[in-house]
Amino acid sequence: MIFDYAEALRELTIGEAGVTAIFGYCVVFFGLVLLMIVLYCTGAYFKSKDAKAEAQAKAALENVRKEVEANPLKVTPVEAPKAPGSAGHVKLHGVPDKEAAMIMAVVADKMQKPLNELHFISIKEVK
Amino acid sequence: MDVLETLKSLWEGSGFQSFFVDGGWKNLIMIAVACVLLYLGIKKKFEPLLLVGIAFGCLLVNLSYFGPESSDALYHPDLWANFLDPDHTDYHSYGAILAHGGLLDILYIGVKAGIYPSLIFMGVGAMTDFGPLISNPKSLLLGAAAQMGVFLAFFGAVCLGFTGEEAASIGIIGGADGPTAIFLTTRLAPHLLGPIAIAAYSYMALIPMIQPPLMKLLTTKKEREVKMEQNRNVTKTEKIIFPIIVAMFVILLLPSTAPLIGCLMLGNLWRECGVTERLSDTVQNALMNIVTVFLGISVGATTAADSFLNLKTLMIIVLGLTAFAFSTVGGLLVGKIMYKLTGGKVNPLIGSAGVSAVPMAARVSQMEGQKANPSNFLLMHAMGPNVAGVIGSAIAAGFLLAVFS
Repeated sequence: MIFDYAEALRELTIGEAGVTAIFGYCVVFFGLVLLMIVLYCTGAYFKSKDAKAEAQAKAALENVRKEVEANPLKVTPVEAPKAPGSAGHVKLHGVPDKEAAMIMAVVADKMQKPLNELHFISIKEVK
Repeated sequence: MDVLETLKSLWEGSGFQSFFVDGGWKNLIMIAVACVLLYLGIKKKFEPLLLVGIAFGCLLVNLSYFGPESSDALYHPDLWANFLDPDHTDYHSYGAILAHGGLLDILYIGVKAGIYPSLIFMGVGAMTDFGPLISNPKSLLLGAAAQMGVFLAFFGAVCLGFTGEEAASIGIIGGADGPTAIFLTTRLAPHLLGPIAIAAYSYMALIPMIQPPLMKLLTTKKEREVKMEQNRNVTKTEKIIFPIIVAMFVILLLPSTAPLIGCLMLGNLWRECGVTERLSDTVQNALMNIVTVFLGISVGATTAADSFLNLKTLMIIVLGLTAFAFSTVGGLLVGKIMYKLTGGKVNPLIGSAGVSAVPMAARVSQMEGQKANPSNFLLMHAMGPNVAGVIGSAIAAGFLLAVFS
Protein backbone atom coordinates (compact mmCIF):
# COMPACT_ATOMS: atom_id res chain seq x y z
CA MET A 1 0.00 0.00 0.00
CA ILE A 2 1.50 3.34 -1.06
CA PHE A 3 -0.59 5.62 1.13
CA ASP A 4 -1.69 5.15 4.66
CA TYR A 5 -5.02 6.91 4.22
CA ALA A 6 -6.05 6.26 7.78
CA GLU A 7 -2.95 7.95 9.13
CA ALA A 8 -3.23 10.86 6.72
CA LEU A 9 -6.83 11.45 7.60
CA ARG A 10 -6.14 11.06 11.32
CA GLU A 11 -3.59 13.86 11.00
CA LEU A 12 -5.73 16.24 8.98
CA THR A 13 -9.30 15.72 7.86
CA ILE A 14 -10.47 17.13 4.56
CA GLY A 15 -12.59 19.64 6.43
CA GLU A 16 -9.61 20.77 8.48
CA ALA A 17 -7.53 20.98 5.32
CA GLY A 18 -10.17 23.20 3.72
CA VAL A 19 -10.25 25.49 6.76
CA THR A 20 -6.43 25.58 6.88
CA ALA A 21 -6.29 26.46 3.17
CA ILE A 22 -8.82 29.28 3.49
CA PHE A 23 -7.19 30.57 6.65
CA GLY A 24 -3.74 30.45 5.05
CA TYR A 25 -4.94 32.36 2.00
CA CYS A 26 -6.49 34.96 4.31
CA VAL A 27 -3.22 35.24 6.29
CA VAL A 28 -1.29 35.92 3.06
CA PHE A 29 -3.80 38.61 2.10
CA PHE A 30 -3.78 40.05 5.61
CA GLY A 31 0.03 40.28 5.66
CA LEU A 32 0.30 41.84 2.23
CA VAL A 33 -2.62 44.23 2.77
CA LEU A 34 -0.99 45.47 5.97
CA LEU A 35 2.28 45.87 4.08
CA MET A 36 0.41 47.75 1.37
CA ILE A 37 -0.98 50.16 3.95
CA VAL A 38 2.52 50.72 5.36
CA LEU A 39 3.84 51.38 1.85
CA TYR A 40 1.02 53.82 1.12
CA CYS A 41 1.81 55.68 4.35
CA THR A 42 5.55 55.91 3.62
CA GLY A 43 4.77 56.80 -0.01
CA ALA A 44 2.41 59.58 1.12
CA TYR A 45 5.08 60.90 3.50
CA PHE A 46 7.70 61.02 0.76
CA LYS A 47 5.25 62.52 -1.73
CA SER A 48 4.34 65.29 0.70
CA LYS A 49 8.03 65.86 1.38
CA ASP A 50 8.69 66.13 -2.36
CA ALA A 51 5.72 68.44 -2.79
CA LYS A 52 7.00 70.66 0.04
CA ALA A 53 10.48 70.83 -1.48
CA GLU A 54 8.97 71.62 -4.86
CA ALA A 55 6.78 74.36 -3.39
CA GLN A 56 9.79 75.87 -1.61
CA ALA A 57 11.80 75.84 -4.83
CA LYS A 58 8.90 77.45 -6.68
CA ALA A 59 8.54 80.13 -4.01
CA ALA A 60 12.27 80.89 -4.12
CA LEU A 61 12.14 81.17 -7.91
CA GLU A 62 9.13 83.48 -7.69
CA ASN A 63 10.97 85.70 -5.18
CA VAL A 64 13.95 85.99 -7.50
CA ARG A 65 11.68 86.81 -10.43
CA LYS A 66 9.92 89.53 -8.42
CA GLU A 67 13.22 90.99 -7.29
CA VAL A 68 14.52 91.10 -10.85
CA GLU A 69 11.31 92.79 -12.02
CA ALA A 70 11.58 95.35 -9.24
CA ASN A 71 15.24 96.18 -9.91
CA PRO A 72 15.83 95.57 -13.59
CA LEU A 73 19.51 95.41 -14.47
CA LYS A 74 20.89 96.83 -17.64
CA VAL A 75 22.22 93.92 -19.54
CA THR A 76 24.65 94.68 -22.31
CA PRO A 77 24.57 91.95 -24.84
CA VAL A 78 28.03 90.49 -25.22
CA GLU A 79 28.87 88.56 -28.33
CA ALA A 80 30.10 85.13 -27.43
CA PRO A 81 33.66 84.53 -28.55
CA LYS A 82 34.08 82.20 -31.40
CA ALA A 83 35.22 78.76 -30.52
CA PRO A 84 38.80 78.05 -31.53
CA GLY A 85 38.88 76.64 -34.99
CA SER A 86 35.27 77.67 -35.66
CA ALA A 87 34.15 77.86 -39.26
CA GLY A 88 33.15 81.48 -38.53
CA HIS A 89 30.41 83.25 -40.45
CA VAL A 90 29.62 81.85 -43.86
CA LYS A 91 28.08 84.07 -46.49
CA LEU A 92 25.23 82.25 -48.16
CA HIS A 93 24.11 83.22 -51.66
CA GLY A 94 20.75 81.68 -52.52
CA VAL A 95 21.36 78.65 -50.29
CA PRO A 96 19.11 77.82 -47.31
CA ASP A 97 20.79 77.24 -43.89
CA LYS A 98 19.99 73.51 -43.79
CA GLU A 99 21.46 72.83 -47.22
CA ALA A 100 24.57 74.87 -46.34
CA ALA A 101 25.06 72.81 -43.18
CA MET A 102 24.67 69.65 -45.19
CA ILE A 103 27.19 70.83 -47.81
CA MET A 104 29.74 71.74 -45.11
CA ALA A 105 29.26 68.32 -43.48
CA VAL A 106 29.69 66.52 -46.82
CA VAL A 107 32.85 68.53 -47.63
CA ALA A 108 34.33 67.80 -44.19
CA ASP A 109 33.52 64.12 -44.62
CA LYS A 110 35.09 63.94 -48.11
CA MET A 111 38.20 65.73 -46.90
CA GLN A 112 38.28 63.57 -43.76
CA LYS A 113 38.84 66.66 -41.63
CA PRO A 114 36.88 67.77 -38.54
CA LEU A 115 34.31 70.41 -39.45
CA ASN A 116 35.63 72.92 -36.91
CA GLU A 117 39.06 72.91 -38.58
CA LEU A 118 37.63 74.09 -41.89
CA HIS A 119 36.87 77.71 -42.67
CA PHE A 120 34.03 78.25 -45.14
CA ILE A 121 33.88 81.77 -46.56
CA SER A 122 30.79 81.55 -48.72
CA ILE A 123 28.47 79.09 -50.38
CA LYS A 124 26.76 80.08 -53.58
CA GLU A 125 24.24 78.21 -55.64
CA VAL A 126 25.34 77.96 -59.26
CA LYS A 127 22.42 77.64 -61.69
CA MET B 1 46.08 -15.04 -9.53
CA ASP B 2 42.73 -16.56 -10.34
CA VAL B 3 41.67 -14.53 -13.36
CA LEU B 4 38.14 -15.86 -13.40
CA GLU B 5 37.66 -15.17 -9.71
CA THR B 6 39.03 -11.64 -10.14
CA LEU B 7 36.74 -11.00 -13.10
CA LYS B 8 33.81 -12.34 -11.10
CA SER B 9 34.53 -10.09 -8.14
CA LEU B 10 35.02 -7.11 -10.47
CA TRP B 11 31.66 -7.85 -12.06
CA GLU B 12 29.97 -8.23 -8.69
CA GLY B 13 31.45 -4.95 -7.52
CA SER B 14 30.47 -3.05 -10.64
CA GLY B 15 27.40 -0.93 -11.05
CA PHE B 16 26.47 -2.80 -14.25
CA GLN B 17 25.74 -5.92 -12.26
CA SER B 18 23.53 -3.94 -9.87
CA PHE B 19 21.09 -3.11 -12.67
CA PHE B 20 20.09 -6.77 -12.83
CA VAL B 21 19.40 -7.42 -9.13
CA ASP B 22 16.91 -6.18 -6.53
CA GLY B 23 15.05 -3.55 -8.52
CA GLY B 24 18.19 -2.21 -10.20
CA TRP B 25 16.04 -1.65 -13.30
CA LYS B 26 14.55 1.33 -11.48
CA ASN B 27 17.96 2.97 -11.57
CA LEU B 28 18.01 2.49 -15.33
CA ILE B 29 14.69 4.30 -15.61
CA MET B 30 16.01 7.13 -13.44
CA ILE B 31 19.12 7.39 -15.59
CA ALA B 32 16.82 7.80 -18.59
CA VAL B 33 14.85 10.45 -16.65
CA ALA B 34 18.13 12.25 -15.88
CA CYS B 35 19.04 12.22 -19.57
CA VAL B 36 15.62 13.67 -20.47
CA LEU B 37 16.09 16.41 -17.86
CA LEU B 38 19.58 17.13 -19.23
CA TYR B 39 18.07 17.38 -22.72
CA LEU B 40 15.37 19.79 -21.46
CA GLY B 41 17.93 21.90 -19.62
CA ILE B 42 20.58 22.03 -22.34
CA LYS B 43 18.63 21.85 -25.58
CA LYS B 44 15.31 23.42 -24.57
CA LYS B 45 16.90 25.78 -22.02
CA PHE B 46 14.38 24.93 -19.26
CA GLU B 47 15.86 26.76 -16.23
CA PRO B 48 19.28 25.41 -17.30
CA LEU B 49 21.25 26.88 -14.40
CA LEU B 50 19.45 24.62 -11.97
CA LEU B 51 17.98 21.87 -14.09
CA VAL B 52 21.32 20.76 -15.54
CA GLY B 53 22.75 20.43 -12.01
CA ILE B 54 19.63 18.65 -10.74
CA ALA B 55 19.68 16.26 -13.70
CA PHE B 56 23.36 15.47 -13.23
CA GLY B 57 22.85 14.93 -9.50
CA CYS B 58 20.04 12.52 -10.41
CA LEU B 59 22.37 10.74 -12.82
CA LEU B 60 25.16 10.48 -10.23
CA VAL B 61 22.98 9.11 -7.45
CA ASN B 62 21.35 6.51 -9.68
CA LEU B 63 24.72 5.38 -10.99
CA SER B 64 26.13 4.90 -7.52
CA TYR B 65 23.32 4.05 -5.10
CA PHE B 66 21.68 0.64 -5.35
CA GLY B 67 20.64 0.15 -1.73
CA PRO B 68 22.01 0.60 1.81
CA GLU B 69 24.96 -1.69 1.04
CA SER B 70 26.27 0.75 -1.62
CA SER B 71 29.18 2.06 0.43
CA ASP B 72 30.72 4.02 -2.46
CA ALA B 73 27.51 5.91 -3.22
CA LEU B 74 27.69 9.68 -3.50
CA TYR B 75 24.39 10.04 -1.66
CA HIS B 76 22.83 7.71 0.91
CA PRO B 77 19.04 8.06 1.40
CA ASP B 78 19.26 5.52 4.24
CA LEU B 79 21.61 7.79 6.20
CA TRP B 80 19.14 10.64 5.87
CA ALA B 81 16.28 8.33 6.88
CA ASN B 82 18.23 7.57 10.07
CA PHE B 83 18.88 11.30 10.51
CA LEU B 84 15.11 11.89 10.56
CA ASP B 85 14.21 8.86 12.69
CA PRO B 86 13.80 9.94 16.36
CA ASP B 87 14.39 6.34 17.49
CA HIS B 88 17.70 5.97 15.68
CA THR B 89 21.06 6.73 17.29
CA ASP B 90 21.95 8.97 14.32
CA TYR B 91 18.84 11.14 14.80
CA HIS B 92 19.77 14.71 13.84
CA SER B 93 23.44 13.76 13.77
CA TYR B 94 25.35 15.67 11.11
CA GLY B 95 28.43 13.89 12.46
CA ALA B 96 27.11 10.56 11.19
CA ILE B 97 26.49 12.14 7.77
CA LEU B 98 30.02 13.54 7.67
CA ALA B 99 31.53 10.26 8.85
CA HIS B 100 29.64 7.87 6.58
CA GLY B 101 28.21 10.05 3.81
CA GLY B 102 29.40 10.61 0.28
CA LEU B 103 30.19 13.90 -1.45
CA LEU B 104 26.56 14.68 -2.22
CA ASP B 105 25.48 13.80 1.34
CA ILE B 106 27.84 16.48 2.59
CA LEU B 107 26.64 19.04 0.03
CA TYR B 108 23.06 18.15 0.94
CA ILE B 109 23.64 19.37 4.50
CA GLY B 110 23.35 22.90 3.08
CA VAL B 111 19.89 22.08 1.73
CA LYS B 112 18.79 20.29 4.89
CA ALA B 113 19.91 23.18 7.09
CA GLY B 114 18.09 25.65 4.82
CA ILE B 115 21.32 27.46 3.95
CA TYR B 116 21.24 27.29 0.14
CA PRO B 117 17.64 28.49 -0.37
CA SER B 118 18.24 31.40 2.01
CA LEU B 119 21.46 32.38 0.23
CA ILE B 120 19.68 32.16 -3.13
CA PHE B 121 17.07 34.52 -1.70
CA MET B 122 19.86 36.90 -0.71
CA GLY B 123 21.03 36.93 -4.33
CA VAL B 124 17.47 37.38 -5.59
CA GLY B 125 17.07 40.36 -3.23
CA ALA B 126 20.30 41.89 -4.51
CA MET B 127 19.12 41.49 -8.11
CA THR B 128 15.58 42.77 -7.59
CA ASP B 129 14.42 46.33 -8.03
CA PHE B 130 11.40 46.75 -5.76
CA GLY B 131 10.75 50.22 -7.26
CA PRO B 132 7.68 49.16 -9.28
CA LEU B 133 6.15 47.66 -6.13
CA ILE B 134 6.94 50.70 -3.97
CA SER B 135 5.47 53.06 -6.55
CA ASN B 136 2.31 50.97 -6.84
CA PRO B 137 1.61 49.17 -3.52
CA LYS B 138 -1.67 47.80 -4.90
CA SER B 139 0.53 45.24 -6.66
CA LEU B 140 0.76 43.45 -3.33
CA LEU B 141 -2.88 42.41 -3.69
CA LEU B 142 -2.05 40.66 -6.95
CA GLY B 143 0.94 38.96 -5.32
CA ALA B 144 -1.36 37.72 -2.55
CA ALA B 145 -4.10 36.60 -4.94
CA ALA B 146 -1.60 34.56 -6.95
CA GLN B 147 -0.98 32.30 -3.94
CA MET B 148 -4.41 30.74 -4.52
CA GLY B 149 -2.82 27.72 -6.23
CA VAL B 150 -0.69 27.03 -3.16
CA PHE B 151 -3.69 26.50 -0.94
CA LEU B 152 -5.87 24.76 -3.54
CA ALA B 153 -3.08 22.28 -4.29
CA PHE B 154 -2.57 21.81 -0.55
CA PHE B 155 -6.26 20.98 -0.19
CA GLY B 156 -6.16 18.71 -3.25
CA ALA B 157 -3.13 16.86 -1.91
CA VAL B 158 -4.84 16.20 1.42
CA CYS B 159 -7.89 14.90 -0.48
CA LEU B 160 -5.57 12.54 -2.40
CA GLY B 161 -4.25 11.10 0.84
CA PHE B 162 -1.04 13.02 1.46
CA THR B 163 -0.28 14.02 5.02
CA GLY B 164 -0.57 17.68 6.03
CA GLU B 165 3.21 18.18 5.85
CA GLU B 166 3.44 16.56 2.44
CA ALA B 167 0.44 18.51 1.15
CA ALA B 168 1.95 21.79 2.34
CA SER B 169 5.21 21.01 0.52
CA ILE B 170 3.33 20.10 -2.66
CA GLY B 171 1.12 23.19 -2.46
CA ILE B 172 4.06 25.56 -2.30
CA ILE B 173 5.00 24.55 -5.87
CA GLY B 174 2.15 26.94 -6.80
CA GLY B 175 4.19 29.81 -5.41
CA ALA B 176 6.48 29.35 -8.46
CA ASP B 177 9.43 29.96 -6.23
CA GLY B 178 12.10 27.24 -6.28
CA PRO B 179 14.10 28.23 -3.17
CA THR B 180 10.92 28.59 -1.09
CA ALA B 181 9.67 25.19 -2.27
CA ILE B 182 13.01 23.58 -1.35
CA PHE B 183 13.16 25.41 1.99
CA LEU B 184 9.68 24.29 3.04
CA THR B 185 10.01 20.74 1.73
CA THR B 186 13.29 20.06 3.53
CA ARG B 187 11.57 21.04 6.75
CA LEU B 188 8.21 19.33 6.31
CA ALA B 189 8.59 16.45 3.85
CA PRO B 190 12.26 15.91 2.95
CA HIS B 191 11.47 12.54 1.35
CA LEU B 192 9.54 14.41 -1.37
CA LEU B 193 12.26 16.95 -2.13
CA GLY B 194 13.34 15.44 -5.45
CA PRO B 195 9.97 15.35 -7.21
CA ILE B 196 8.86 18.68 -5.71
CA ALA B 197 12.04 20.52 -6.77
CA ILE B 198 11.93 19.02 -10.25
CA ALA B 199 8.22 19.85 -10.64
CA ALA B 200 8.75 23.41 -9.34
CA TYR B 201 11.67 24.23 -11.63
CA SER B 202 10.15 22.49 -14.65
CA TYR B 203 6.89 24.37 -14.34
CA MET B 204 8.73 27.65 -13.77
CA ALA B 205 10.47 27.04 -17.07
CA LEU B 206 7.11 26.23 -18.67
CA ILE B 207 5.43 29.47 -17.56
CA PRO B 208 5.42 30.88 -21.12
CA MET B 209 3.37 27.83 -22.12
CA ILE B 210 1.18 27.43 -19.03
CA GLN B 211 0.06 31.02 -18.53
CA PRO B 212 -0.90 32.47 -21.95
CA PRO B 213 -3.89 30.15 -22.61
CA LEU B 214 -5.29 30.97 -19.15
CA MET B 215 -4.67 34.69 -19.71
CA LYS B 216 -6.59 34.59 -22.98
CA LEU B 217 -9.36 32.48 -21.49
CA LEU B 218 -9.98 34.78 -18.54
CA THR B 219 -9.59 38.22 -20.13
CA THR B 220 -11.29 39.99 -23.01
CA LYS B 221 -9.32 41.63 -25.82
CA LYS B 222 -10.47 45.03 -24.55
CA GLU B 223 -9.01 44.29 -21.12
CA ARG B 224 -5.72 43.04 -22.56
CA GLU B 225 -5.39 46.21 -24.66
CA VAL B 226 -5.45 48.53 -21.64
CA LYS B 227 -2.43 50.84 -21.50
CA MET B 228 -1.44 51.69 -17.96
CA GLU B 229 -0.23 55.07 -16.73
CA GLN B 230 3.41 55.47 -15.85
CA ASN B 231 4.19 54.88 -12.17
CA ARG B 232 5.62 57.66 -10.01
CA ASN B 233 9.35 57.88 -9.47
CA VAL B 234 10.59 56.28 -6.26
CA THR B 235 13.25 58.10 -4.25
CA LYS B 236 16.45 56.42 -3.16
CA THR B 237 15.48 56.87 0.50
CA GLU B 238 12.23 54.95 -0.09
CA LYS B 239 14.17 52.13 -1.71
CA ILE B 240 16.52 51.96 1.28
CA ILE B 241 13.70 52.04 3.83
CA PHE B 242 11.65 49.39 1.99
CA PRO B 243 13.73 46.28 2.87
CA ILE B 244 14.02 47.39 6.48
CA ILE B 245 10.26 47.89 6.81
CA VAL B 246 9.40 44.61 5.07
CA ALA B 247 11.89 42.61 7.14
CA MET B 248 10.60 44.06 10.41
CA PHE B 249 6.98 43.78 9.44
CA VAL B 250 6.87 40.30 7.87
CA ILE B 251 9.21 38.63 10.37
CA LEU B 252 7.22 40.01 13.29
CA LEU B 253 4.02 38.77 11.64
CA LEU B 254 5.39 35.29 10.81
CA PRO B 255 8.72 34.52 12.51
CA SER B 256 9.06 31.30 10.48
CA THR B 257 9.69 33.43 7.37
CA ALA B 258 12.80 34.97 8.95
CA PRO B 259 15.47 33.01 6.99
CA LEU B 260 13.86 33.71 3.61
CA ILE B 261 12.56 37.25 4.10
CA GLY B 262 15.60 38.23 6.17
CA CYS B 263 18.02 37.15 3.44
CA LEU B 264 15.87 38.58 0.63
CA MET B 265 15.71 41.97 2.28
CA LEU B 266 19.36 42.01 3.34
CA GLY B 267 20.37 41.35 -0.28
CA ASN B 268 18.08 44.17 -1.40
CA LEU B 269 19.42 46.56 1.23
CA TRP B 270 22.97 45.88 0.01
CA ARG B 271 21.80 46.72 -3.50
CA GLU B 272 20.00 49.93 -2.61
CA CYS B 273 22.00 51.51 0.20
CA GLY B 274 24.74 52.61 -2.19
CA VAL B 275 27.69 51.95 0.11
CA THR B 276 28.03 48.18 -0.31
CA GLU B 277 28.40 47.72 -4.06
CA ARG B 278 31.08 45.07 -3.57
CA LEU B 279 28.85 42.94 -1.38
CA SER B 280 25.87 43.42 -3.64
CA ASP B 281 27.95 42.40 -6.64
CA THR B 282 29.32 39.32 -4.86
CA VAL B 283 25.90 38.17 -3.71
CA GLN B 284 24.35 38.71 -7.14
CA ASN B 285 27.06 36.90 -9.04
CA ALA B 286 29.77 34.85 -7.32
CA LEU B 287 27.81 33.67 -4.28
CA MET B 288 24.65 33.05 -6.29
CA ASN B 289 26.56 30.93 -8.79
CA ILE B 290 28.36 28.92 -6.11
CA VAL B 291 25.14 28.21 -4.23
CA THR B 292 23.37 27.30 -7.47
CA VAL B 293 26.07 24.69 -8.14
CA PHE B 294 25.63 23.10 -4.71
CA LEU B 295 21.86 23.41 -4.62
CA GLY B 296 21.26 21.89 -8.05
CA ILE B 297 23.47 18.87 -7.63
CA SER B 298 22.41 18.08 -4.07
CA VAL B 299 18.69 18.39 -4.85
CA GLY B 300 19.23 16.11 -7.84
CA ALA B 301 20.82 13.60 -5.50
CA THR B 302 17.52 13.13 -3.67
CA THR B 303 16.02 11.46 -6.74
CA ALA B 304 17.25 7.96 -5.88
CA ALA B 305 15.15 5.44 -7.81
CA ASP B 306 13.52 3.85 -4.75
CA SER B 307 12.13 7.11 -3.44
CA PHE B 308 11.32 8.71 -6.80
CA LEU B 309 9.63 6.03 -8.86
CA ASN B 310 6.22 5.77 -7.29
CA LEU B 311 2.67 7.00 -7.66
CA LYS B 312 3.31 9.92 -5.32
CA THR B 313 5.73 11.48 -7.80
CA LEU B 314 3.11 11.34 -10.54
CA MET B 315 0.55 12.92 -8.22
CA ILE B 316 3.01 15.65 -7.24
CA ILE B 317 3.60 16.49 -10.89
CA VAL B 318 -0.14 16.75 -11.57
CA LEU B 319 -0.80 18.71 -8.36
CA GLY B 320 2.11 21.04 -9.13
CA LEU B 321 0.65 21.88 -12.52
CA THR B 322 -2.74 22.47 -10.90
CA ALA B 323 -1.11 24.75 -8.34
CA PHE B 324 0.61 26.80 -11.05
CA ALA B 325 -2.57 27.10 -13.08
CA PHE B 326 -4.70 28.20 -10.13
CA SER B 327 -2.10 30.69 -8.95
CA THR B 328 -2.26 32.28 -12.40
CA VAL B 329 -6.05 32.25 -12.28
CA GLY B 330 -6.07 33.85 -8.80
CA GLY B 331 -3.86 36.72 -9.97
CA LEU B 332 -5.91 37.25 -13.13
CA LEU B 333 -9.22 37.30 -11.25
CA VAL B 334 -8.03 39.97 -8.82
CA GLY B 335 -6.55 41.82 -11.81
CA LYS B 336 -10.01 41.81 -13.39
CA ILE B 337 -11.55 43.11 -10.18
CA MET B 338 -8.99 45.94 -10.17
CA TYR B 339 -9.82 46.65 -13.82
CA LYS B 340 -13.48 47.07 -12.90
CA LEU B 341 -12.86 49.10 -9.76
CA THR B 342 -10.45 51.52 -11.43
CA GLY B 343 -12.71 52.04 -14.42
CA GLY B 344 -10.38 50.24 -16.82
CA LYS B 345 -7.08 51.73 -15.72
CA VAL B 346 -5.46 48.43 -14.67
CA ASN B 347 -4.63 45.80 -17.26
CA PRO B 348 -5.66 42.47 -15.67
CA LEU B 349 -2.79 40.69 -17.44
CA ILE B 350 -0.40 41.99 -14.78
CA GLY B 351 -2.27 39.77 -12.27
CA SER B 352 -0.76 36.60 -13.68
CA ALA B 353 2.69 37.99 -12.86
CA GLY B 354 1.77 37.60 -9.19
CA VAL B 355 3.31 34.13 -9.28
CA SER B 356 6.81 34.77 -8.12
CA ALA B 357 8.84 33.42 -11.05
CA VAL B 358 10.92 36.60 -11.50
CA PRO B 359 11.08 37.97 -14.17
CA MET B 360 9.61 35.25 -16.38
CA ALA B 361 5.98 35.81 -15.33
CA ALA B 362 6.29 39.59 -15.82
CA ARG B 363 7.73 39.01 -19.29
CA VAL B 364 4.77 36.80 -20.18
CA SER B 365 2.38 39.60 -19.13
CA GLN B 366 4.37 42.03 -21.28
CA MET B 367 4.28 39.72 -24.31
CA GLU B 368 0.55 39.03 -24.06
CA GLY B 369 -0.19 42.72 -23.51
CA GLN B 370 1.85 43.64 -26.56
CA LYS B 371 0.14 40.99 -28.67
CA ALA B 372 -3.21 42.64 -27.89
CA ASN B 373 -1.88 46.18 -28.34
CA PRO B 374 1.57 46.61 -29.93
CA SER B 375 2.07 49.96 -28.19
CA ASN B 376 1.51 48.41 -24.76
CA PHE B 377 4.41 48.24 -22.30
CA LEU B 378 3.34 46.32 -19.21
CA LEU B 379 6.73 45.03 -18.06
CA MET B 380 7.36 47.57 -15.28
CA HIS B 381 3.72 47.37 -14.15
CA ALA B 382 3.95 43.56 -14.04
CA MET B 383 7.21 43.65 -12.09
CA GLY B 384 5.28 45.02 -9.08
CA PRO B 385 3.03 41.95 -8.67
CA ASN B 386 5.95 39.74 -9.65
CA VAL B 387 8.16 40.82 -6.75
CA ALA B 388 5.07 40.98 -4.49
CA GLY B 389 4.65 37.29 -5.36
CA VAL B 390 8.11 36.57 -3.92
CA ILE B 391 7.05 38.10 -0.60
CA GLY B 392 3.62 36.43 -0.85
CA SER B 393 5.04 32.95 -1.42
CA ALA B 394 7.45 33.43 1.49
CA ILE B 395 4.50 34.39 3.72
CA ALA B 396 2.51 31.37 2.47
CA ALA B 397 5.51 29.13 3.23
CA GLY B 398 5.89 30.76 6.65
CA PHE B 399 2.23 30.10 7.41
CA LEU B 400 2.45 26.44 6.37
CA LEU B 401 5.66 26.03 8.34
CA ALA B 402 4.06 27.57 11.42
CA VAL B 403 1.07 25.24 11.14
CA PHE B 404 2.87 21.97 10.41
CA SER B 405 6.32 22.12 11.96
